Amino acid sequence: MDISSLSVKKIKQLIDSKALSAFELAGLYLQRIEKLNPELNAFITVDADKTLAQAKQLDQAIWQGESRPLMGVPLAHKDIFCAKGWLTTCGSKMLANFVAPYDAHVVEAFNRSGTITLGKTNMDEFAMGSSNETSYFGAVKNPWNLGKVPGGSSGGSAAAVAARLAPLATATDTGGSIRQPAALCGVSGLKPTYGNVSRYGMIAYASSLDQGGLMAVSAEDIAYGMNSLVGHDERDSTSVKRAEEDFTSQLNNPLKGLRIGLPEEFFKEGVDTDVAQAVEQAIQELEKLGAVRVPLKLPNTSLSVPVYYVLAPAEASSNLSRFDGVRYGHRTKDYRNLIELYEKTRAEGFGAEVKRRILTGTYVLSRGYYDAYYLQAQRVRRLILQDYLNAFEHCDVILGPSTPSVAFGFNEKTSDPVSMYLSDIFTISVNLAGLPGLSIPVGFGREHLPVGLQLIGPHFAEAKLLNVAHQYQLVSDWHQQLPAGIAQV
Amino acid sequence: MSLSDQELKHLARLARIHVEENELNALKDQLGRVFKLIDALQAVDTKGIEPLSHSLSLSQPLREDKVTEIDSRESYQAIAPQVEKGLYIVPKVIE
Repeated sequence: MDISSLSVKKIKQLIDSKALSAFELAGLYLQRIEKLNPELNAFITVDADKTLAQAKQLDQAIWQGESRPLMGVPLAHKDIFCAKGWLTTCGSKMLANFVAPYDAHVVEAFNRSGTITLGKTNMDEFAMGSSNETSYFGAVKNPWNLGKVPGGSSGGSAAAVAARLAPLATATDTGGSIRQPAALCGVSGLKPTYGNVSRYGMIAYASSLDQGGLMAVSAEDIAYGMNSLVGHDERDSTSVKRAEEDFTSQLNNPLKGLRIGLPEEFFKEGVDTDVAQAVEQAIQELEKLGAVRVPLKLPNTSLSVPVYYVLAPAEASSNLSRFDGVRYGHRTKDYRNLIELYEKTRAEGFGAEVKRRILTGTYVLSRGYYDAYYLQAQRVRRLILQDYLNAFEHCDVILGPSTPSVAFGFNEKTSDPVSMYLSDIFTISVNLAGLPGLSIPVGFGREHLPVGLQLIGPHFAEAKLLNVAHQYQLVSDWHQQLPAGIAQV
Repeated sequence: MSLSDQELKHLARLARIHVEENELNALKDQLGRVFKLIDALQAVDTKGIEPLSHSLSLSQPLREDKVTEIDSRESYQAIAPQVEKGLYIVPKVIE
């Protein structure tokens, strides 16, 4: 059986009709991972025994007539989510030996829905990076071209879905970490509204921006996953309380009259022509479906990167102070006193990018700089949110390229951190404003590398974004294409 | 702005990260680029704008003050670097 064409929807049908057991299906995915992962490095941890045991248990429940929304659907978790009994490294040497003693909300919610955990996916260390090159476990390779980065920080999840090692994968997004790798790997990726997905058990980077989400081949599959993922959780004080929502309910709405906002700032210089062309063609497809263009402005867009690189490092410097070599994780071997224990543990356990961000955050929060940097960044953050709120008075969704260019090469941007930071120019403002954003593949650029289009909606408009994306995916097949080297496997 | 060696060492001490002498120059250069990036904010007129710490205006939820968690000390301490009799062990702090 060829699993590379399986969707979440199709898997549900196969399992529900008992055409395939969860055990058989998990075995097929594990075989594919065994074959392809040594080259791609998309997974940090695979534990076939654990996966198959979970599948066996689910099969028993199925025989007993039990039915759950995602029964038997194989799933890969980003290694930022604590999963009880699983190594949970967050891509860091600091947690290279950390076996999580409990489940994150996201893991618990999917287990309850009947999914099977295939493994833990590779990522930039503590989710700080846009190319996966900061992972302690080595960079993930882009399935479309092994010489290119998969994007980051959720590069492992993106590569796993692109290579069909998993039909669905969890991911997180603080400044673009779902949408940018989804774009670079040619898959669909949704960052939900801030507060929609509980952050409990998700290792914190920048708490006012971090949000869990999903990647899959299609928007429709993400909609199924979202039904399990979203819901109030009192263990996260920023988890919102809302009426239960069926994210598949709007998928088939027609797009006639849909107002698509096109911010001038997203189409200016700095966007590669191959990316701009593919996005323009997608807009024309949406126009054929009845959508109309609304030109608009988001004047503070260029400030989003500087705002982010004040606020996110500030929050990170506080969040990552918990890694001190006392309660869990790495501890240095030789130390003479407590300060040395802390300083050496952290010098050894953290990689260069994580150290830079902690130091930047310590700097902007230190006496004499707090007002000038931190408070000023929070004020500009409000201007950025206000830009979006103004824009949504004139349109239903906002559209633009997910990234300024297609996937770049390894080591191309590692020597200058700022050049790496700028690859998230179109995604970062969405986190600052707490909005939902969805990246979908809309064609190919240079060297046949995927181009991603980003849809941004008002707060809690995920179902609308999924609707627009699904209607587009019904008339296009970019999302169903397989990387050449992968197609033969 | 750029940092002096002294300032960088002070920053590293505050962050509790040991920095080797031979790492100072590269780190100063990279942090200098980041500081230059964030300095763009200084030119923005934000008079009268309230700082925004959170994108949704949420109030902090309150709950009844009762124990809801079970005791997980053993499983939490099983993964600690050094534990004795239920206590985390660190170097002597008070002489």
